[in-house]
Amino acid sequence: MLTYVPARAWGTRVAAVLLSLAVVYFLVSIAGNSNFGWSTVGEYLFDARILSGLYLTLWLTLVTMAIGVVLGTVFAVMAMSRNVVISTVANAYIWFFRGTPVLVQLIFWYNLGALFPELSIGIPFTSWGVSVPTNTLISPITAAVLGLGLNEGAYMSEIIRSGLLAVDPGQRQAATSLGMTARKALWRIVLPQAMPVIIPPTGNQTIGMLKTSSLVSVISLSDLLYSAQTIYSRNFQTIPLLIVACLWYLLATTILSWLQSRIERHFARSRNVST
Amino acid sequence: MMHSLPETTAMRAPMIVFDRVSKNFGDLSVLRDINLTVAAGEVISLIGPSGSGKSTLLRCVNHLERIERGSITVDGELIGYRRVGNLAHELPEKLIARQRARIAMVFQNFNLFGHKTALENVMEAPVHVLGIPRREAEAQAVKLLTRVGLSDKMNNYPRMLSGGQQQRVAIARALAMKPKVILFDEPTSALDPELVGEVLDVMRDLASDGMTMMVVTHEMSFAREVCHRIAFMEAGRIVECGKPAEVLDSPAFERTRAFLSRVQ
Repeated sequence: MLTYVPARAWGTRVAAVLLSLAVVYFLVSIAGNSNFGWSTVGEYLFDARILSGLYLTLWLTLVTMAIGVVLGTVFAVMAMSRNVVISTVANAYIWFFRGTPVLVQLIFWYNLGALFPELSIGIPFTSWGVSVPTNTLISPITAAVLGLGLNEGAYMSEIIRSGLLAVDPGQRQAATSLGMTARKALWRIVLPQAMPVIIPPTGNQTIGMLKTSSLVSVISLSDLLYSAQTIYSRNFQTIPLLIVACLWYLLATTILSWLQSRIERHFARSRNVST
Repeated sequence: MMHSLPETTAMRAPMIVFDRVSKNFGDLSVLRDINLTVAAGEVISLIGPSGSGKSTLLRCVNHLERIERGSITVDGELIGYRRVGNLAHELPEKLIARQRARIAMVFQNFNLFGHKTALENVMEAPVHVLGIPRREAEAQAVKLLTRVGLSDKMNNYPRMLSGGQQQRVAIARALAMKPKVILFDEPTSALDPELVGEVLDVMRDLASDGMTMMVVTHEMSFAREVCHRIAFMEAGRIVECGKPAEVLDSPAFERTRAFLSRVQ
């Protein structure tokens, strides 16, 4: 009888030992450095202002991602339309919102009143309709939702379009030949199979949005980062408060990643070999 | 073996009627002046070189392709259009979908819905197109999958099935719509040779059951054994059409003879 001895990867082992030493040294030097102000971090971690900022950040992320997914689906389907006008409009939307900084878009929506002092609903080119001053309609929060949501819609539509293109055209044909309308085939057959392609980059976008939403500080919305900034502008504990914000961002990201992997597993079930 | 179709197909009611059907892709005319009547219960195979228009002709029957001239009727109903005087208006999507629901199609690449089990594949259209209650659709699906010999694979997803099994699920899925006609587009061309037989067996079974079938195929032995007629197509025309023995053994045209000598 032979006993098999796997080859030992000495280089890898040495590297692993050195790396763990480096990590330990790094952690110890951070923990022991009083300039980080760990006691201040603890003090403000559950501060009411921080928590309400966290709430706004999470709320904005979820709402704007929801808008992004809905708009993205609509524009993805439009971009694939055979009608030139419809696909051109969709592509122009994607081109514009991906082509301009989201920061500029936020400021633009916030200042919409300067361009259109009044917004009205009615029949174009007639005197029918009602008008409202723009500034009563566009609050900072609506500006944030519009700016982030419309921008996200452009990115999501590219993600969803790539997912739809990844589904074999034969699937749509089979659905059609069974008597499904194009809409039903899209909802019941094509989109569910596009999900494994759509979910991972959407998870990425969501995590990105969690942090991109911090841009709303420019239109004076108190999200997580802005709340931390407001506090340190008074007590000058800049680093500890930024650490507080980062800890919450890290926790939220961790939860979102976990959710993403759960959703991925759900949509991958038809790929598993066992029944 | 031949099935119990009357000597002359004219004795049976016509099921599919092609009347001077023509179609172009740009400058290329893919179907030219096709006249063909398929009787109820008849099994007809379309043979011919690739690019001869067989698959296109098949896809016109359920309006997956538009025709430019002529007309196609299935069970007396004009497909895809509504005649108003001299004009044929294309039907709205919903009405075309309703016509397609009774004209089943089986594809070369099976096209089973990858996110659904075999059972769910067969239940999908009865429930979501015909509006049959789930329980009823499930009972029917179980029966159909048993009929095609897959009672032990009902809960498998397509990617866990062999090609032959997938195609049998696809046939069960087609049957679940209680179709007037089944169109087969090269149903065995994507299969490993040893799996062809199990699919042809199921088709043979359908044929003896009196299902009206149009089969685009390269399986000459199947065409000979099971089909009532064979139509040989080339360059968008039906060159000749007749009983398998006539077309395969003593073709009237040189072009048919040349094609057959290449495939047999």
